[in-house]
Amino acid sequence: MTFKAKTTTALAALIALGAGAASAQEIRFMCYSDGNECEVYDDVLTRFEADNPGVDVVVDVVPYQAILENLPVQLAAGSGPDMAKVTDLGGLAPYYLDLAPHVDRDYWEASFGDTLAWYRGAEGGDAINGMHSQLTITGAFVNATLFEQAGVEVPGSDATWEDWAEASRAVAEATQTPFPMAIDRTGHRFAGPAISYGAAIVAEDGTPTLSDEGFAAFTAQFVEWNNDGTMARDVWAGQGGATYQDAAQEFINGELVFYYSGSWQVGRMDEQVGDLFDWQVVGSPCGPAGACSGMPGGAGIVGFNATEHPEIVAAVIDFLAQEDIYAEVTARTRNLPAHLGVAEAGVEFEGASPAAAAALSAFAADLSDVAPSAFRYQGYANNRAMFGITAERVSQAIVGELSVEEAVARMATDLEAALADTQ
Amino acid sequence: MAQRGAGDGLALRVIAPVMRVVEIPMIGLQRVLGINRLAWVFLLPNLLLFGLFAFLPVILNVAYATTGGANVLLEARPQIGLDNFERLLDCANHLDPNTCREDKFWRAVWNTLWFVTLQVGIMVGFSLLTAIVLNGKIRARGFFRSVFFFPVLLSPVVVALIWKWMLQRNGVLNAFLDWAGIGGYNWLVDANWAFAWSVFLSVWAHMGFYTLILLAGLQAIPRDVYEAATMDRASPWRVFRRITLPLLAPTMLVVLVLALIKGVQTFDEVYAFTGGGPGTATTFIIQYIYEEGFAGSPRLFGLSAAASLLVAAVLVVLTLVQLWVNRKNVNG
Repeated sequence: MTFKAKTTTALAALIALGAGAASAQEIRFMCYSDGNECEVYDDVLTRFEADNPGVDVVVDVVPYQAILENLPVQLAAGSGPDMAKVTDLGGLAPYYLDLAPHVDRDYWEASFGDTLAWYRGAEGGDAINGMHSQLTITGAFVNATLFEQAGVEVPGSDATWEDWAEASRAVAEATQTPFPMAIDRTGHRFAGPAISYGAAIVAEDGTPTLSDEGFAAFTAQFVEWNNDGTMARDVWAGQGGATYQDAAQEFINGELVFYYSGSWQVGRMDEQVGDLFDWQVVGSPCGPAGACSGMPGGAGIVGFNATEHPEIVAAVIDFLAQEDIYAEVTARTRNLPAHLGVAEAGVEFEGASPAAAAALSAFAADLSDVAPSAFRYQGYANNRAMFGITAERVSQAIVGELSVEEAVARMATDLEAALADTQ
Repeated sequence: MAQRGAGDGLALRVIAPVMRVVEIPMIGLQRVLGINRLAWVFLLPNLLLFGLFAFLPVILNVAYATTGGANVLLEARPQIGLDNFERLLDCANHLDPNTCREDKFWRAVWNTLWFVTLQVGIMVGFSLLTAIVLNGKIRARGFFRSVFFFPVLLSPVVVALIWKWMLQRNGVLNAFLDWAGIGGYNWLVDANWAFAWSVFLSVWAHMGFYTLILLAGLQAIPRDVYEAATMDRASPWRVFRRITLPLLAPTMLVVLVLALIKGVQTFDEVYAFTGGGPGTATTFIIQYIYEEGFAGSPRLFGLSAAASLLVAAVLVVLTLVQLWVNRKNVNG
């Protein structure tokens, strides 16, 4: 080939490449993983790409903190991704792309039911703003081996928080375990027991409160348990601000008898506890108000209205929402399904040990005990502010900077200020 | 007269044609603008960068401080005048944060004041002591100088993680105390201990820098003054009090002001170390600003900007003091 021919060929190849790049429609999907979610999405989306030539869905895996802190700022500045996996379901509602014009509304309403409302925020309406990709529920993990070693009977399904506190203390004392109980440091985890103690948190008319009698009662109980050694003080007192802190490592290390967290921890427990000890899920204990409620939650996949490719973004999310794909992702990521069809058909979790499968079933069974106010709280647009206020002020009460009464009063004024600031 | 080497000649041969090319538009510009205005042409790139990255953020900060709401876009934020400043300063008794509307701000202010007082005092004292020892004729002096300077080279997050690893419940220190039969302690869950260890960590991380400055100051003191004192049989304490301290005073003042400014700005290492806890025991003013503006919900950019302007006012005063001290030193 002559030099001229070589140059012409190279130029043609470059032009062809350029034309290809220009015609490819790139969708940026900001994703975080609790386990292997982003990896699985990346894999199943290759099928979507194969069915839709010219579409390239790039899964940008980011830390959870980036979803919480960077994404809202990016969206406000109009420079966010095309779609993302989010947990502030209602708080980001103003930025969501309404998928309704691009998807089969009947299928979505039949498949995702009430969870669709969680994505509508304060505005309400009937938009289809997101697909709830993983349903979570808070509940307790217990170290069954420690109970066995201590010769203490594991409390039954109607046991109260006080029953569990007493049993856990007895087990810890008998087995020289450092911590009887722990609850993740977040207002979300705190809400389940608070509701069981009678807190309304978000009333039926949508009014939020963090200072009613029930909330104050559990705050006082929780502070007392932190100060008398029933609760692992490290978790809530060992951090400042509204920083999240879990106690999973303590539980995995066998240093904790009763750990109140949630269904998303099952995979971690399954992998890391292994055969070190037997563990089981016991759901949410009951409170004096008669409820035995956990908090629902989870994550969902949403598109953003600033995207240049709304149809493609809707098509990608609709693809992930199809029953077969959703069932496959749920099985491979070992999450609870929010898709009613998938939940009804049942999920055979891939690679889950008998303990993990039993745990996921226990969490799924506990969903029926979730109080209506817990569902309302999860869908409430300003719940992030309330979670933060709870973590900060309860921690201050635990370390003695505020009395319980002062902490509850501060929570009321903080909430009032936060609501005024978000107007 | 200095000798020119072969390398200089080569450099001139390369540079001279380039300079001649550059000269042509410059001569034209000089004719149009005049020699005095031409200076602005040279200053322009730097002024633009400085304006973009220093002046503009300050102006934006002032603008945000006078707005409310949680929207990030300035044009979408309502003007509220000085409400954010009023909110921050609204207290029945400024000494008791519980009586303040923004109690977390005042807790952070008082924590910062205590921290700066302790950290600067201890750090300057230790730095002086270390500099004096390292200025003496000790064995392996170079090695020890490096050892004391080494922590300065570490990233603040690394410093925090090292000490967290040492001090956490299952950390190295507790393992040692258990081994020694003393029994461990949950250092970072106790408010007083967490604060004390934060001061220690900060001193450990930064004293090398100030030791270096003081060492330079010590080495600048003329030897003959000490020789004269030795001949007069002055005691070491007297030499220190009458010669070293007075002649080191200008350097000490610079160190003190620099350490004060740095102390007020403390954030990253303590944030990674304790997260500001237990409760708000180690929450300092910069963490408050960060959390209100960027980590909390809703994001109170206005309140955060107002708090940062109050801190900036304090830092400006400290910087002016430093400039005044420097000028005084230069002018003798």
